[in-house]
Amino acid sequence: MSTTKVTSPHLPHHFDSIEQAEAASKLGMWLFLCTEVLMFGGLFVAYAIYKNMYPEIFFQGATFLDWKLGSINTVVLLVSSLTMALSIYYTQKAKSKAAIYSLWLTLCCGFIFMGIKYIEYSHKLHLGLAPGHLFSYSAEPTLQGLALYFSFYYCMTGLHGLHVLIGMILIFWVLVRAYKGHFGPSYFLPMECVGLFWHLVDLIWIYLFPILYLVE
Amino acid sequence: MAATKHHIIPIQIYLRVLFALLAFTALTVAVAQMDFGVLNTVIALGIATIKATLVLLFFMHLKYDNKMFLVIFLTGVFFLIVLFLFCEFDLITRLPERSVL
Repeated sequence: MSTTKVTSPHLPHHFDSIEQAEAASKLGMWLFLCTEVLMFGGLFVAYAIYKNMYPEIFFQGATFLDWKLGSINTVVLLVSSLTMALSIYYTQKAKSKAAIYSLWLTLCCGFIFMGIKYIEYSHKLHLGLAPGHLFSYSAEPTLQGLALYFSFYYCMTGLHGLHVLIGMILIFWVLVRAYKGHFGPSYFLPMECVGLFWHLVDLIWIYLFPILYLVE
Repeated sequence: MAATKHHIIPIQIYLRVLFALLAFTALTVAVAQMDFGVLNTVIALGIATIKATLVLLFFMHLKYDNKMFLVIFLTGVFFLIVLFLFCEFDLITRLPERSVL
């Protein structure tokens, strides 16, 4: 067994090997994803409780949402998850050009998602379906307490949208580093961690879409 | 330890996973148009969970990666279920306001 330590710019001195350093980074990332699951989980549990108490409010609230736009956004996020995974795949295969294209596609999907979100939000705000005490929708027939549904809608999709924005900033950062040639088959840890974050954002939308848009 | 640490998932698997995810999305939308009563929510959440599992196993590499990451993630999910169950137990065991008990 050799005692010479491998030196690499990607190996912090307090780790024995690159494998160990990467495992530690990914461990931290998964712990962070756990806190994300629990943060969104709190909102999901609150939603479940109020939906059981006032099912008709949630049913009527969902009729104001366009399931077609929601479905398009679901497809956009699923495709962006694929392109994110492919950017890592191409980096592993040392095809940096293809990896950069995949990252650009992922970023574009993020823009499409936020664009559709903007259309949805502005349409609702125009109708007066605003969050909290700003709620001013009064056309007939409106259930008392419809504002409750929209408080959930804005909280959940707003927090999720914030995550999409942060994910897009992170993807842009990875893209800049990919252009600088920082990544290759032996080192792509930042790309992998940003990818994990982006997939989690997709994961949360997988649950948000049916519970907000497709209420029965 | 050998340097062959990164498992490369074949591109066909990624594409098949995406296809399955899109098919399940179409299925959720189709099921939502029909009326199964309470089962609608169960079916919608069931399909969402299948989709989430696919994303976790393949896109997030949990199937091939260190199993500790899987355990960490499932621990988070477990405590989310605990939160949900205790809230539900609280609600369903409450006595009505005018109860004489």
